[in-house]
Amino acid sequence: MTQRPPHSITRMWRDGKLTTIVLFLPPAVVLFTVFVIWPILDAAHLSFFKWSGYGAVTNFVGVKNYSVLVANPIFHQSLLNSIKLILASIFLQIPLALALALLIYRKTSVNTAFRLIFFAPYILAEIATGLIWSFVFDGDYGITAQATAALGTDPIYVLADKHFAFLAIITVIVWKYFGYHMMIFIAALQAVSTDLLEAAEIDGARTWQTIIYVKLPLIMHAVKLSIFFAIVGALQVFDIIIPMTNGGPSNSTHSIVSYLYTFGLAQLNVGYGSAVGVVLFVLCITSAFSYKRLVMDGRARR
Amino acid sequence: MKPMLSCAALALVSLLATSAFAETVKILSIEPNVTSGREFYADAAKAFEAANPGVTIQFDYLDDTSFKSKLPTLLQSSTRPDAFYTWTGGVFHEQADAGVLKDISGELDSEFKATLAPIGLDAMTYKGKTYGVPMYAASVTLWYNKDLTDKAGVDPAKIKTWDDFLSAVKVIKAAGITPIIVGGKGKWPLAFYYGYLITRIVGTDGIVAANTGVGGGFASDNFVRAGAEFKRLTDLQPFQSGFMDTDNNKALGLFGDGKGAFELMGNFIVGTQRKNSTSGQGIAPDKLGFIPFPAVAGGRGNAADTFGGVNGWLVTKNASPLTVKWLKFLVNKENQEKSASLGLWLPIVKGTQSAIPDPGIRGVAELLTQAPHHQLYLDQAFGASVGSALNDAAAELATGDVDAKSAAAKVEDARQLR
Repeated sequence: MTQRPPHSITRMWRDGKLTTIVLFLPPAVVLFTVFVIWPILDAAHLSFFKWSGYGAVTNFVGVKNYSVLVANPIFHQSLLNSIKLILASIFLQIPLALALALLIYRKTSVNTAFRLIFFAPYILAEIATGLIWSFVFDGDYGITAQATAALGTDPIYVLADKHFAFLAIITVIVWKYFGYHMMIFIAALQAVSTDLLEAAEIDGARTWQTIIYVKLPLIMHAVKLSIFFAIVGALQVFDIIIPMTNGGPSNSTHSIVSYLYTFGLAQLNVGYGSAVGVVLFVLCITSAFSYKRLVMDGRARR
Repeated sequence: MKPMLSCAALALVSLLATSAFAETVKILSIEPNVTSGREFYADAAKAFEAANPGVTIQFDYLDDTSFKSKLPTLLQSSTRPDAFYTWTGGVFHEQADAGVLKDISGELDSEFKATLAPIGLDAMTYKGKTYGVPMYAASVTLWYNKDLTDKAGVDPAKIKTWDDFLSAVKVIKAAGITPIIVGGKGKWPLAFYYGYLITRIVGTDGIVAANTGVGGGFASDNFVRAGAEFKRLTDLQPFQSGFMDTDNNKALGLFGDGKGAFELMGNFIVGTQRKNSTSGQGIAPDKLGFIPFPAVAGGRGNAADTFGGVNGWLVTKNASPLTVKWLKFLVNKENQEKSASLGLWLPIVKGTQSAIPDPGIRGVAELLTQAPHHQLYLDQAFGASVGSALNDAAAELATGDVDAKSAAAKVEDARQLR
């Protein structure tokens, strides 16, 4: 501040910077405040009340919504499910996407066809995906039913079984989003300089050595970015769960968001739902920022 | 100057005239599950508009879930409809407490009230004030597929008590037939069993008392017993396999396809089991029968009490004065007979039941008129949060995840949080 000359405003006015700020800053600030900051603060405020959506917000209950939430076994299960999703995204989805990207990143017509096929699930709307897979897993009329009938075994009801329903959801989510990560990796791999790959080849590196010592280190920034998207995405999973299981059987397959929807919105416990929303927000923010700080920025500094 | 003045006067008069006569009554409804329901409303609106020139009846439809979630915001805004569809019960009471409804007790003359079945008007009345007009009722009974019960050698007409029903289930299962079809994914079809058992064991008065916390609320011994009786049924594993992944539409189709002997369902099963079946034919009318829900030994409820819904229209604060006139027209005897003859629902106006073409639905309607009490679906009677806790409890009893005692405790926890 002290370094700035006293007539800086005049200078900004002269070179047009001030005009730019006056013209372009308010819309962004106003929109961001009205549609992001204010709802967040409002939700935080509502989370200390009991409110059904009707009438004035007057029933102050302190931290009761939060204490109920902390003690609620269904919320624990939802939290655990979200953690399972994050782990599955990192340890199943990303390695799968990486392996496929390494196989098909070179520009050939066959590879383009495969890229299209692998990317197709990502284009599908989430709700449609959920509905399609609920038909796949249907033990009476779906593909599962035809498979069990052809094999002559008893029908299997994957989504009705507490032990398998969430596994099915994880499968669908991995299936749906691996193509997206694969595309990020393909773009990164195509940007790897061929000079380096040729140099490795001349030095006598085998294929796997090229991958581990040359390609992977050079696309690490893309992998880290992918993991970041995977974590944030896994915390927000909602529209696949609702059509597939609707959180059932026995509320065992909720994610944090579907829990919020079912117990906060659908039952019109606005205060309680806001408390869940605040917890989700804090989880997203802390995981996003700490991941960015610990993993992504750490690399940049070195 | 003069022609201009008269022009202005004419314009003013016409403006006044249009504002005096062009009146729109806005109605917000859920999407009727059969197209003939929509046509019925459209025809009634047309007839009313013809009799009252200048009035427009505007129907807006939303699907169930959006209707429920948008209503609170809508009712508190200035663009609220004049009247809207209601399932009555806890949510209605909350709306009345919030002051978004209009007390129309004074606008309903005794002559009009006398045409309605008492259960209908009762459901629209809260703390002595009437806020709306009932239109129809739904009643749950135990439906059966005669072919399958005959095959298993069970005579449903002889099932009078819960124990009779349990032994019938055992016999049917032993004959290699799925005893009961249920849409467990939605949870509420399972809660029909739990709710009906509560109605039989606790009684309708007991339910009202428990809802205010009397005698341990929903955790009292009688509620625990209802859960235990339900558990006796689920322990027999009477449902089709994969019932927790069967939504209600699919369950109705499975029943229509003859995949199971019984289904505890509302009167609308008659049409929907046909529509949702693979063949589109469903169970032949003479093969589809029903019995009242059995009595439970030692229960405090009357065995003739029915369980189901009452639906109608609630009038909002500052609604157009024509709203009540329109609603009275909509539920007049002629329109009620017409909707009954279309088989849409159980009409709420006395003496229109005979217009129901289907003998099964007519039977349910007659049972309803003889019932001393009509218990509202518990998830609607108790409001959203306790209602869902009850549905969750029923589902967890069915999957064997909780015992009767902790199921009742969970519902009571939700009641205390409400």
